[in-house]
Amino acid sequence: MLTLSRISKRFGATIALDDVSLDVAAGEVHALLGENGAGKSTLMAIAAGLLRPDHGTVQHATDASGAAIRVALVHQHFTAIPALSVAENVALAAHWRETGWRAEQRAAELIARLGLPLDPAARVESLPVQLRQRLEIVKALATDARVLLLDEPTAVLAPREVTGLLTMVREFAARGGAVVLITHKLTEAIAVADRITVLRRGTVTLTGAVADVTVTSLSRAMIGGDLTSALPRQVRGGDVRVTLDPVWSADPSADARPLAFRAGEIVGIAAIDGNGQRSLLRTIGGVASAPGVTVNGPVKFIPEDRTTEALIGDFTLVENLLLGTPAARRHWIDWRAARADTAALMDAWDVRAGDPDVPAAALSGGNQQKFVMARALADSPAVIVAEDPTRGLDVKASAAIHARLRAAADGGAAVIVHAADLDEVRALADRLLVMVAGRLTELPRDTPRDLVGDAMLGLAVGTPG
Amino acid sequence: MTTMLLHRVGVWRAFGPAALALLTGLLLLSAFLTLAGYDTMTALAALWDGAAGSRYAIFSATLVRAIPLLLLGLAFAVGARAGGFNIGMEGQFAAGAIAATWSGLLVGDLPPPVAVTVVLLSGGLAGAAWMLVPVAMRLRFGVTEVITTLLLNFVAEATVSWMVAGPLQEASGGYPQSDPVAVAARLPRLLPDARLHAGLLLALLLAALLWVAFRRTGWGFRLRAVGAGPTAASTVGGIAPLRVLAGALILSGALAGLGGAVEVSGVSFALYQQLSPGYGFTAIAVALLGRLHPGGIVLAALFFGGLEAGAGAMQRDAGVPAVAVQVVQAVVLLTLVILARRTR
Amino acid sequence: MIDLELAVAFGAATVRVATPLAFAALGETLVQRSGIINLGIEGAMLAGALGAAVGAMIGGPLAGVMVASLVGVVVATVFAAVVVSARADQIITGTAVTLGSIGLTGVVARQYFGSGGAGLDLPTLAPMAIPGLAKLPLVGPVFFVQSPITYLVYCLIPILAWLLFGTRFGLQLRATGESAPSARAMGVRTARVQWIAILLGGLLAGLAGATLVLAQVGTFTEKMTAGRGFIAIAIVVLGRWQPWGVASAALLFGGATALQYLFQASDSRIPYQFFLALPYLLALAALALAYGRARSPAGLGKVE
Repeated sequence: MLTLSRISKRFGATIALDDVSLDVAAGEVHALLGENGAGKSTLMAIAAGLLRPDHGTVQHATDASGAAIRVALVHQHFTAIPALSVAENVALAAHWRETGWRAEQRAAELIARLGLPLDPAARVESLPVQLRQRLEIVKALATDARVLLLDEPTAVLAPREVTGLLTMVREFAARGGAVVLITHKLTEAIAVADRITVLRRGTVTLTGAVADVTVTSLSRAMIGGDLTSALPRQVRGGDVRVTLDPVWSADPSADARPLAFRAGEIVGIAAIDGNGQRSLLRTIGGVASAPGVTVNGPVKFIPEDRTTEALIGDFTLVENLLLGTPAARRHWIDWRAARADTAALMDAWDVRAGDPDVPAAALSGGNQQKFVMARALADSPAVIVAEDPTRGLDVKASAAIHARLRAAADGGAAVIVHAADLDEVRALADRLLVMVAGRLTELPRDTPRDLVGDAMLGLAVGTPG
Repeated sequence: MTTMLLHRVGVWRAFGPAALALLTGLLLLSAFLTLAGYDTMTALAALWDGAAGSRYAIFSATLVRAIPLLLLGLAFAVGARAGGFNIGMEGQFAAGAIAATWSGLLVGDLPPPVAVTVVLLSGGLAGAAWMLVPVAMRLRFGVTEVITTLLLNFVAEATVSWMVAGPLQEASGGYPQSDPVAVAARLPRLLPDARLHAGLLLALLLAALLWVAFRRTGWGFRLRAVGAGPTAASTVGGIAPLRVLAGALILSGALAGLGGAVEVSGVSFALYQQLSPGYGFTAIAVALLGRLHPGGIVLAALFFGGLEAGAGAMQRDAGVPAVAVQVVQAVVLLTLVILARRTR
Repeated sequence: MIDLELAVAFGAATVRVATPLAFAALGETLVQRSGIINLGIEGAMLAGALGAAVGAMIGGPLAGVMVASLVGVVVATVFAAVVVSARADQIITGTAVTLGSIGLTGVVARQYFGSGGAGLDLPTLAPMAIPGLAKLPLVGPVFFVQSPITYLVYCLIPILAWLLFGTRFGLQLRATGESAPSARAMGVRTARVQWIAILLGGLLAGLAGATLVLAQVGTFTEKMTAGRGFIAIAIVVLGRWQPWGVASAALLFGGATALQYLFQASDSRIPYQFFLALPYLLALAALALAYGRARSPAGLGKVE
């Protein structure tokens, strides 16, 4: 249905793709695996015709009438417009001539055919996240596309919702469609795909039928070596640093004890978007206020969006360092001291920027995040709150961030961390809490992944024993 | 700051856009004048003569006009550095002028330094007060200061018109203008035979203070942080962006009001309509041409002061309407705003 | 009976004064719905006014209207090129376009009319009673004995409502204003959509200028728009970005301005300058009341 052959693409000095080939046939699901920055999204943009390759060709099969079949790309980030209705968004994406109630009617037919619980007249902003995800696919299918390119569609979903989505993907293939599923989760790829291709740094490192690969071979192809997984930490519970009143607890009993987070612990909070974790983390982090949260000692907050919340892009690293330190609240600013501090931190954390007077926007994501972490941990805070600290980073950069967070906990800080990726929370956490509708439930650290997923959806958890 | 800027971005990025913008502005003005059928060379010569061709041109015209432009340019920069657009400087200038005239009529018995201080302070306070409504509307309702300050310009114009025909009209009642302010309330002249007045020193002093404040103080740093990244400023800096912005806008209004007071106390000595020939808008070009940096604004104010002075001469000697220089201002603004985008 | 006559005069004046405001505000509604705030409509309106005066002198009122719309589009072209194609800051660009228009119109007007300004002998668009409708009590003489260009506004309101909410272009326009990146991802050519919106906005601002000269004042004077373009922006907010709402808000501002005529008819002690300031004060009050109640296009004013 779609054949990409010998594609190369460079952006300035970086080679994004180097001689990459990929094809997908009718009825097939082809998983494209790779770390962040491996070139997956670039390849898909080329497949969808949004980018031109420097070399290589993109060929589409033709349908019965001889016209090239349509390829639809479902972006990782939702592109539906919140203020418009479901039908308006579908009409917009599919370039329908119909507007108003006629568009609603046509959308209703399409949604019924796909068997989805979507109201065409509903405003998108009123939909829960999993339905917005489905809407993205409806938008793509409304164009009568035969090839569906799904860019990390499961990133924002809980495990049970992922299953539903993957079922839908298989059904689409069973009806004669072709799917390229981009993901960085090995288990997903193996569960749903017929064939798997792995990209690393713009080149294909492995391709083959799902029967011929193993988790080990895939992970080696992705990262180029085995990552030693971190050993379980020895946790010595120290002083109580954060106390959450029972209003935060999902335990209904009246004598529910307050939740306490101690020095030396890494507390992982698993939650689907919009379950109140943002408000909780930011209250502990001291940048929002909700009742029932007590924090002892100085706290540092690492926000999820480093480009707008943690850093000022036009400011130099020196200025950004000042921003996060009490020096900015003094009357006079000592630039010489600030520059020396910045240079020292950059050295200690291996922040590669060349010069402390470089604007923060000029750094790579990994270096930006290292700088943000360095600034937050510089004066050994008692409590560290990290919101999705490895978002958009590759495996090595993520591992470095994880190691630093562990080291901070070893050094006596209470670390509270949330990540969009459940596996990351599980990998980091000494204690695992699930947050649903603003309430926390603590689970044993070794709770199986699926059960944690169910808990995130608010389903009853059968705790063993 | 300047050395650092040069170090960081190179000479082109510091001066290139400004030079290019000015060149484009003057070239387009020439082209426009030629198209409109004027004798372009005569017009440009008159422009130059009026701006810098004589001792009179420099010390009684260009520098005198540069003073309000410098004060208003600083006013705009204080707001813009914090991420706010004060497009209502024309109104705050008028408010400052009204207050200065009013107090200037009453302080005749005070010793001159005190009288002048009272007059200038009342002007600054009036400008700040004029800014309170936009600031309150921004804080309370989230209405952008761009539109509110702009609308208040017209309210100020009507207020001046009422003042000079009503409460502040000259005793003889002949013309729509006020009586001259007390001699004690006037800024001293700097040279015996020129109109240049001590307002220049005050404006330069304020520019120097702001230079230090932007670069060396925590206040200036927080101001710039709020302008460059309000979300980061509040999330990791613990700064309240709206509070900082409100303070910056009120200071901006105060500086613009001071500009009006200095004009009354140093140049016009009385209130009348159209006291400002659009200084409030020209100053936006001044501030942007000076890259919102006090040092740059001093240079830009001198340039635009010359342009304003030359425009008068151009109208007198070559018959070109003085408003033609607004075309230069517009082109300078457009060029700068495009280049700002490109070099970011 | 005198009171009724006064009411009719006041009502008719309200509609007459509201017409240019409605043109400008309806145009700005389109522009803002596409995510752009254009402070340059003040300049486009002023240039349109001059164009109308020049055109009318040469070829009669109809030529005036055509020249005015054309000039409005030309001014809008400058704004669109800088803001959409060069992606520059909208506020500064709008301010610059208005400043430039003041300068250019000043020079051209003096060149064309001499230092005395345009005469009062311009051919204008005189009020024209619509047979039948004009006979309706109260409503008739207020709404249907107006300049023909006012009737154009009446037609424009439903057309714009249909364009925004009943056409594919309208959907693309609204999507662009809410989130240009998302709209682009869904295949909308956002730059083209914004260009069209800005040019239409410029055309309507030009018509607003024409109305001012040909149906209201009867001549051109420097800076004669006096901030009406900026008031139009407040009207858009008060009208919640909906054509019918915007038209009603324009009527409200027309009323505030028309109070002057009422005042002249009575012998009030309130200084007339208060009435000069009233529309602007009303605009401020309207912004305070309307802001936050209705949602503005989410992408309004954003530079990408």
